[in-house]
Amino acid sequence: MINFQHGDLLNNLSAAVEQIAREHMRPFSREVDEHEHEINPDSYINTMYEVLKATGGASNSPVMGAKEGGDKKRRTGNVTSVVFIEKMAWGDCGMYLATPMPLLGGAAVGAAGTPEQKLKFMGRFKEGKPKWAAMAITEPGCGSDSGAVTTTATLEGDSWVLNGEKIFVTAGKRAVEDSEGFVVVWATVDRKAGRSGIKPFLVDHHTPGMKVTKLEHKHGIRCSDTAVLVFDNCKIPKENLLGSAEVKPTGDSKGFKGVMATFDATRPPVAASAVGVGRAAVEYTHEYLAKQGVAPRYGIGRNKLTAIEKDLMMMEAKVKASWLLTLKAAWMSDIGEPNNLEASICKCKAGRDMVAVCQKAVEILGPEGYSRKHLVEKWMRDAKIGDIYEGTQQIQKLVVARRIFGYSREQLA
Amino acid sequence: MFDLEPTEEQQLMVQTARELAKNEMDPAAHDADEAAKLPEGFLKKSWELGLACPAIPEKYAGASMDRSAVTGAMILEELGAGDASMAFAMQSPAAVAYPVLDYGTDLQKELVLRACTAAEFPKLSAALMEPYYDFDPTMLRTTALRSGTNYVLNGAKCLVPNGSTADSFLVYAREGGSGFDNVSAFFVQKSLPGVTVSAKEKNMGLNALDTVTLTLTDVAVSPETKLGGPAGCNFERIMSYGRIAQSAIAVGVARRAYEHSVSYAMERKTWGQPIATRQAVAFMIADMRIELDAARLLVWEAAWHLDKGEKATKESYLAKMVVDEMVLKVTDDAVMVMGGHGFIRENPVERWLRNGRGFGTFDGLAMV
Ligand SMILES: Cc1cc2nc3c(=O)[nH]c(=O)nc-3n(C[C@H](O)[C@H](O)[C@H](O)COP(=O)(O)OP(=O)(O)OC[C@H]3O[C@@H](n4cnc5c(N)ncnc54)[C@H](O)[C@@H]3O)c2cc1C
Repeated sequence: MINFQHGDLLNNLSAAVEQIAREHMRPFSREVDEHEHEINPDSYINTMYEVLKATGGASNSPVMGAKEGGDKKRRTGNVTSVVFIEKMAWGDCGMYLATPMPLLGGAAVGAAGTPEQKLKFMGRFKEGKPKWAAMAITEPGCGSDSGAVTTTATLEGDSWVLNGEKIFVTAGKRAVEDSEGFVVVWATVDRKAGRSGIKPFLVDHHTPGMKVTKLEHKHGIRCSDTAVLVFDNCKIPKENLLGSAEVKPTGDSKGFKGVMATFDATRPPVAASAVGVGRAAVEYTHEYLAKQGVAPRYGIGRNKLTAIEKDLMMMEAKVKASWLLTLKAAWMSDIGEPNNLEASICKCKAGRDMVAVCQKAVEILGPEGYSRKHLVEKWMRDAKIGDIYEGTQQIQKLVVARRIFGYSREQLA
Repeated sequence: MFDLEPTEEQQLMVQTARELAKNEMDPAAHDADEAAKLPEGFLKKSWELGLACPAIPEKYAGASMDRSAVTGAMILEELGAGDASMAFAMQSPAAVAYPVLDYGTDLQKELVLRACTAAEFPKLSAALMEPYYDFDPTMLRTTALRSGTNYVLNGAKCLVPNGSTADSFLVYAREGGSGFDNVSAFFVQKSLPGVTVSAKEKNMGLNALDTVTLTLTDVAVSPETKLGGPAGCNFERIMSYGRIAQSAIAVGVARRAYEHSVSYAMERKTWGQPIATRQAVAFMIADMRIELDAARLLVWEAAWHLDKGEKATKESYLAKMVVDEMVLKVTDDAVMVMGGHGFIRENPVERWLRNGRGFGTFDGLAMV
């Protein structure tokens, strides 16, 4: 039955997350943005880590396994997860990306890991000090075409030896230098095999041969470290390969697709983080205008609305539309429906529209919006990343279109 | 808990509507538009399916189904995908029946609800829209002023569906200052002195739908004709139902245009390849789908608030705002996907664009 309401348990938990966002994120937003790489949002990180440890949430991100209601048949992890993420990103998207939990790396282990790998790499998030995990696919020469990675993995006795350079690794430094985390590195075991030769490898923190050589200075989400990782004869145990080592004949990319399926689960969370930022901007704009005595007149004849009213209402509607699409995609994975199409739809729409929403918010506040006195300009900078990473807007559209037409990547490139 | 699975009952109703759309509406839509007339026997046939106002209680010989705006939105989407003119025409009794069901006096219920469950298509219509660029339901120009025990109505209404054949109109008029609260509705017989019904209007689209302009000049009506009697009605809520209904039809129009674009793009070849393999076309169609899915969810969510008994003024208003923009964009893109062929009236996209343009200019033209 159509229902847009969450259960009491989820509502209570998300209220708790919102409280953390209010108390441990927002007050530090400006400061961490202004001091990129200089200060850590410790208040948030430490508070969140304790919460995550206590609820077991840190070990199986991005699906933070809370069961909702009494319905055992239906999983609720994906919906729960996007609800939490939206709240955290509403607090501060950069800080959310610095949340001590396995994020993307964890999603990969969760999807393709053996029980031993899960225990070894995820178990650590239940104890001790805050930890991070990262995912390294992008290279200087390839981003959207993730099938073109050139980093190599060569089997030498009982070890894989990695060589290559990864860029734009979110939480890369926190994962491998600042904590006892790990990074999932995508490398090819056989260049001739193309996409089917590409495998993900689990690389533990402080592994010799792996180095953080640079931290990027960014437009937004400055509190999240974006690292360059260089692998120079970096040796890891043979059992750190995620999934099967078998290289299928050229053209057969099943193994690769298996790993790519991870992204069906992670696109709604990215959409959720974008929505959180958009909602922050809309709410702020509302409050700001209310203080100026401007209250949007919902319901009146539309040609009587002022330009500001119209813009504000459209912003609000866009945030809600993106959010409903995100919930739909997450709900579909909860009920075990394939959601490849819906995951790309929500990511595309949220990524693109939240940028527009935040840009409008700056416009509506005028010079006040452009000023760093208010967070609106920061949210605009933060929102842009949602349009880019985990597959750009254009790549999402490609996925959507391929699904609609039933085309392969060769038919629609 | 969050859920988007329709109930079995909803699926059945949707199925019925879908079949009507596919078998009776869509194939007849072009000729009906050209002839500016509904297909012969369409109203009677569709009326018999009982899709228009299934929530009328058994007491009035109705189907007694749940009064659900969500269910209504699902049905209207299907009908909209069939043809917007026919959808508005066949559903127009709901715009009288449901406000009466919700707010009518016993006598009004007896008269109107009985008429809306009879075998004959009811000769009733609602008159809300007015022919002004700044039409505003919270500031109607049509007024109802007390004069002794009676009310005197003055004003003009346009886009009154099935207006040529209706013999009684539910006319919305302002009793006082601005705001929803000052609006009441009155049953006005066509035969009353001061009532003028125009010839069938000619609009850019919705040609098959019979709409008229109704002019009221010092029309005196008794207090018993006022919807709900002295207590009146909740016009704000009526508008929410209306906006949801109209938006649901628009979603249907857009969906049909989208589906047509998908199949056409996969067939039509340029330089030896289907145009669907070109990003410029593929991305346009991906966008159609994205905006369509988003708009539908907004409509459902607004409807869901009403079904819970909550106020949905803002939700339905925002949903309509998004839908109106979406349906225009999607139908316009559908013409683009067909290139020059899209400009030719033989191809339905041309009609969908004319129909699609209408939604942003209407308000509350249907009811769930
Ligand atoms: C802050 C930040 C954090 C990141 N975090 C991570 C991370 O943790 N791990 C990781 O592996 N990567 C990460 N990335 C990388 C990110 O996923 C890529 O930047 C992104 O996928 C785009 O790749 P690219 O930058 O190489 O752009 P390109 O692939 O070079 O694309 C350039 C432009 O061309 C368009 N384009 C490309 N191909 C097509 C096509 N076939 N059709 C139409 N248009 C096309 C793109 O949409 C884009 O507009 C991060 C990036 C940033 C900026």
